[in-house]
Amino acid sequence: MNQTVTKASAVISPLGDSALVITFGDSIQYDIHKQIKTCKDSIELNPFPGFIECVPAFTNLTIFYNPLEVVAAVRKKQKKEFVSPFEVVSSIVQSKLENEQTEKELAHRTVSIPVCYGREYGPDLEYVARHHNLTTEEVISIHSEGEYLAYMIGFAPGFPFLGGLSEKIATPRRSSPRTSIPAGSVGIAGMQTGVYPISTPGGWQLIGQTPIKLFLPQQNPPSLLQAGDIVKFEPISKEEYQEIQAKEGGK
Amino acid sequence: MSIRVSKAGLLTSIQDLGRRGFQQHGVIVSGAMDSYSLRIANLLVGNDEKEAGLEVTLVGPTLEIESDCLVAITGGDLTPSINGKPVPMWKPLFIPKGSILSFGPCKTGCRSYLSVAGGFAIDEVLNSKSTYLRGEIGGYKGRALQTDDVLPLSVPAASKPAFLSNELINGVYTSSWSVNYKEFVHFTKKPAVRVINGSQFDLFTAESKSHFTQEPFKVSNQSDRMGYRMDGPSLQLQEKKELLSEAVSQGSVQVPPDGNPIILLADRQTTGGYPKIAQVITADLPLLAQVKPGESIYFSHISLHEAEKIYLEKEQLLQELKIAINLASIK
Repeated sequence: MNQTVTKASAVISPLGDSALVITFGDSIQYDIHKQIKTCKDSIELNPFPGFIECVPAFTNLTIFYNPLEVVAAVRKKQKKEFVSPFEVVSSIVQSKLENEQTEKELAHRTVSIPVCYGREYGPDLEYVARHHNLTTEEVISIHSEGEYLAYMIGFAPGFPFLGGLSEKIATPRRSSPRTSIPAGSVGIAGMQTGVYPISTPGGWQLIGQTPIKLFLPQQNPPSLLQAGDIVKFEPISKEEYQEIQAKEGGK
Repeated sequence: MSIRVSKAGLLTSIQDLGRRGFQQHGVIVSGAMDSYSLRIANLLVGNDEKEAGLEVTLVGPTLEIESDCLVAITGGDLTPSINGKPVPMWKPLFIPKGSILSFGPCKTGCRSYLSVAGGFAIDEVLNSKSTYLRGEIGGYKGRALQTDDVLPLSVPAASKPAFLSNELINGVYTSSWSVNYKEFVHFTKKPAVRVINGSQFDLFTAESKSHFTQEPFKVSNQSDRMGYRMDGPSLQLQEKKELLSEAVSQGSVQVPPDGNPIILLADRQTTGGYPKIAQVITADLPLLAQVKPGESIYFSHISLHEAEKIYLEKEQLLQELKIAINLASIK
């Protein structure tokens, strides 16, 4: 297996012939998130020839590149012999990692998401409350008092993988998934919480709904949330929900 | 200038080479499943290879050509005809206004590509015209084509190539030559699809690893543009392991706990959490895209360096093809 361990103890390995993965650890930790974010910013700020995009996850960063362009940029110097695009990009990444300073603190943006909890907006709120012997008000206050870090966006456009849910309300997925979940639904699955930006099938326990749009295809970036954002949920009434929804231009 | 859809077919959508650069926001790439065929179709009509064309699946549409246009049809052979008369693939075709372009039974492959000189006059969403079916964006109203859709065309940059002036075949003008597509995509029974080891290859049992390249896998009926679900020997991990979600790529071969691999394709989600036993090389993705549900394939292991060499060689061939087409069209 082609693998390189860098000075910063990150491991670089191929994801096929047009992407590579830089792995910084194997568990969900703020420190690892910080290394990933620093590396991502450094590459995006100063992209190499052939760079397409990078995708942060909990423990690693994946870099997509165009092998032809990577090689073309190097070929100018050495003509004949075979040049491996993976090796070219690996060495670029390695030198970036060696020169990086991860000491500085990350700047986090805080995004507040209004949520109307319960009833038709959160059909599983009562189930979650019963499951933990709590009242629905207690579930709402535990959920909305939390601060959540968006480690990554994926699964669906704008869908945040949030860390930081209280164990007091962590609830297993529904035994049979719903075939369609309305856009904006706020759910819980085990220790995770998140918001469905578009309507999809899914098995999460739905506790509320936001009138805010998380996927904005006509804007760049098209996702309201980015990896590294701090997310807070703010309880709102049904009237407030409808008011914001009208302003947002419906869903 | 336009093309009218008089019958939609099974699944016809507008696709280019995909919506790149937004995966970190969860936006899937989409794009043509068989990108070589789309790129060649574009080159044949004088477009940039990145232009969007129609991806036609298994049962083709019927199209009314409402203005004179230059088209090329590539990919799987869905027996295209104009006004009921068969027309050749892999070469430019000049179709007069008022003609009916239709498709018949599927002879080879399962996806055809239709490019029109100038391309389709539709807006890009996030830098691409590709249809993202689930996200309902891009392409024609974010969906597959339906009966009575009218697809507007852009005016091609150059006039129709000189080689079209001589021959007249059934009211359709075409060139005397065609592209040797076999360098890029071929149609055989049980093709060997080349893979390199996946990130979690070493987590699988020795038995699973050897079954993976020795036994055939059948593309199940539950396959689509998002991924091919494969039926074959069950692949198992040495020990149960829950992985964290991470980025996946086109051609990632994921194995969920039921042991049946899924090959992620153009409409894959941006992230996944199942172990990846292998990764289909980029150069063989078009070949895979032409395998029908019910048909089988074999996986064969190669090294990363071999995969990279094959990729670069194919790109070189495509460059040469581009030059050859340009020369042919100014003759």
